[in-house]
Amino acid sequence: MAPETSTQIHNIGYRSYEGARLGRAYARKSLYSQSLRGAYGLGRSAKSKVLPMILFAVMCVPALIIVAVAIAVPGSTELPIKYTTYALTTQVIIGLYLASQAPQTVSRDLRFKTVPLYFSRPIERVDYVVAKYAAMASALFVLTATPLLIMYIGSLLAKFDFGDQTKGFGQGIVSVLLLSLLFAGLGLVMAALTPRRGFGVAAVIAMLLIPYGAVSTVQAVAYGTGKAGAIEWLGLFSPITLIDGVQTAFLGATTAFPGGEGVSAGVGVVYLLVVLALIAGSYAALMARYRKAGL
Amino acid sequence: MTVIATESLSKRYPRVTALDRLSLDIGPGVTGLVGANGAGKSTLIKILLGLSPATEGRAAVLGLDVATHGSAIRERVGYMPEHDCLPPDVSATEFVVHMARMSGLPPEAARERTADTLRHVGLYEERYRPIGGYSTGMKQRVKLAQALVHDPQLVLLDEPTNGLDPVGRDEMLGLIRRVWTDFGISVLVTSHLLGELERTCDHVVVVDGGKLLRSSSTSDFTQTTTTLAVEVTDSDTHPDGTAALRRALALAGVTLHDSDEQGLPGAGHILLVEATGEATYDTVRDTVAQLGLGLVRMEQRRHHIAEVFRDHDRGRLAQQQDAAAWQTTPQQSAQPHYVQKGAGTDGA
Repeated sequence: MAPETSTQIHNIGYRSYEGARLGRAYARKSLYSQSLRGAYGLGRSAKSKVLPMILFAVMCVPALIIVAVAIAVPGSTELPIKYTTYALTTQVIIGLYLASQAPQTVSRDLRFKTVPLYFSRPIERVDYVVAKYAAMASALFVLTATPLLIMYIGSLLAKFDFGDQTKGFGQGIVSVLLLSLLFAGLGLVMAALTPRRGFGVAAVIAMLLIPYGAVSTVQAVAYGTGKAGAIEWLGLFSPITLIDGVQTAFLGATTAFPGGEGVSAGVGVVYLLVVLALIAGSYAALMARYRKAGL
Repeated sequence: MTVIATESLSKRYPRVTALDRLSLDIGPGVTGLVGANGAGKSTLIKILLGLSPATEGRAAVLGLDVATHGSAIRERVGYMPEHDCLPPDVSATEFVVHMARMSGLPPEAARERTADTLRHVGLYEERYRPIGGYSTGMKQRVKLAQALVHDPQLVLLDEPTNGLDPVGRDEMLGLIRRVWTDFGISVLVTSHLLGELERTCDHVVVVDGGKLLRSSSTSDFTQTTTTLAVEVTDSDTHPDGTAALRRALALAGVTLHDSDEQGLPGAGHILLVEATGEATYDTVRDTVAQLGLGLVRMEQRRHHIAEVFRDHDRGRLAQQQDAAAWQTTPQQSAQPHYVQKGAGTDGA
C-alpha cells in the first residue's frame, strides 16, 4: 500500500447538477425563512443580533414581572393588566424594533442592488413582496405574542380561571396579529422608499411617532374642551390608536384614549376597515415599488 | 440546436426604440453581443429573461417562449448583472448558497454546488470572509459564481470585465471561455469592446441602435488574411533597418500595410506584411539576411474584428474600434493605454 496516494488532491473537474429544482414555492419559502431569521440577526453578523435580541428581551421582561407578581401576591384572581393592553404600553419597543429591522429586511437588497439577482431567478415580484411582508409580520408577531404567551402560561400556573384567561389570551393574539400585519406593511413601505438604511429608520420612527403624538394631543384638547365625541374619530389617524380602536370595539380591550372614551362597535367597523385598507394598500405600494426595481 | 432565437423582436418605450425588429439565431458556445451603450443590449437581456414584454415579435430561449415560460427559462439560465450587486456584510459562501436556494436548489445541494462553483471561479479560503473586503476581481468572480451555481444551460453575462485591470480582464475572459469548454454552459456575453470578445467568443453579434449590424463567427472576421509583424535591428550599413527592409520588401513585391498603431511607442519599428502564402515567410527571412540585419521577431498578427467593421460603419463605431484595437494588442499597449479601463471607453 502507498499511503501517500490518499493525500492526493484530485481535480474532479466540473460536475453538472442533475438533482431536484424545487421552483418558485420553495424559493419563496426560503426567502421568507431567511428574512425572518435575519430580522432577529440569525445568519448575520454577531453585531446585527444585538439590537433585535435586546429589544426582544426588553419586550418579555415586563411579562415575566407581571407573572411573578400575580403568582406571588396571595389571593389574586387575574393578571394585573389585560392581554390586549400589553402591546399598547410597549409600543415604543415595538416601534424601535420595526424601525431597526424593516430597513434591514428591504433596503439592503435595494441599496446593494441585489434585487435583480432575485428577479433573474424563478421567483417573481409577488413572491418577493409576499415573502418579505410575511417575514416582517411574523417577526413582529413573535415579538408581540411571546410576552402574551408568557403571561398566559403564568396565569395557568397561578391557577387563574382557565376560560377567562384563554379568552383574554385569544383576544390579545388576534389584536397583535392585526398589529403585526399593519405595522409590518407600513414599516416596509417606509423603508422601501429609500435604499439608505438611516433614512429608513428615521422614516419608520416618524411614521409611528408623529401621527401618534398629533392624535393624542388633539384628543387631549378635544377632551379638555368637552368635545368628547371627536375623540373616537381622531384615533383613525395613527397606527397604534387604530389598533386601540379595533380591540376596544371588538376584543374587549380597555382603551388608552383620554377619559376612557373608547370606540363604539359602530365606529369600530370603520376602524377595522381602515386597518384592512392600510394592510392592502401597503401590499399594493410594495408591489408598485418593485415594479421598477428589477433589472 | 438553437439557444437563443428572436424574430423581428421590437421594444419601444414612449420616446425611445430600444430594439428594432431584431432577428437573431444563436447556437451553443460563447457568443459576444457587442454594441455601444444604449444599443439595446440590456433591453435584450431583460426580454430574454422574461422580465419585460416585447412590443412585438417573438423570442425563445432554450426553446422556451419568453412571453409564456419566463419562470422556466430563469430556472435554467444564469444572469450576471453589469452593476455591483453584492451585499458587503455576508461571505461569498453564504451569499451564493442563498442565491442557489432562490434558484430552487435544496439546501444540501445548494451548499455543495456553492463550494464547487466558488472553487471553479477561483475563490478559495477568502470565500468565508465578508464580501466587503474583496477586490473588484474577486467580486466579479462571486457575481459569476452566483450565475453558475444552479448549473444553468445558458448564462447571460453583462459586461463581466467592467472595472477590471488588464490582468483581471484576461483572467475573467479565460474563465468565461472555460464556462463553455469545461462546463459545457453556453454563454452570451455583452461588451462594448470588440477586441475582448475576439479572444473569447465563437460568434459575435453586433447591435447598434436596436438593429442587427452583423452576426458571424469570430473566425469569419479574422481569418481572411494573415498579417505578419516584422521587427529588425539597425546595423552600421543600414542605420534605419526598418526603412531599409521596407524598401527591399517593396522591391521584392511583398504587400506592406500601414500600421494603424502610429504614435504608439515602438510602432515605427514594426512592419506589417501581408502573408499571401508560405513563400512570404521565406522572402522576409531572405531579405533580412541579405541586408545583414538582425530579425528580432516575425509573428502572425491576427486581424482585429474592429478592422473588419471599419468598412461597415465608420462613424458610429469609431470610438469602439480604437478601444478594441488597444485591447487586442496588449504587447503593444504601453502604459498610457492601461488607463483606459472598461468604464472609460464607453462609445457613443
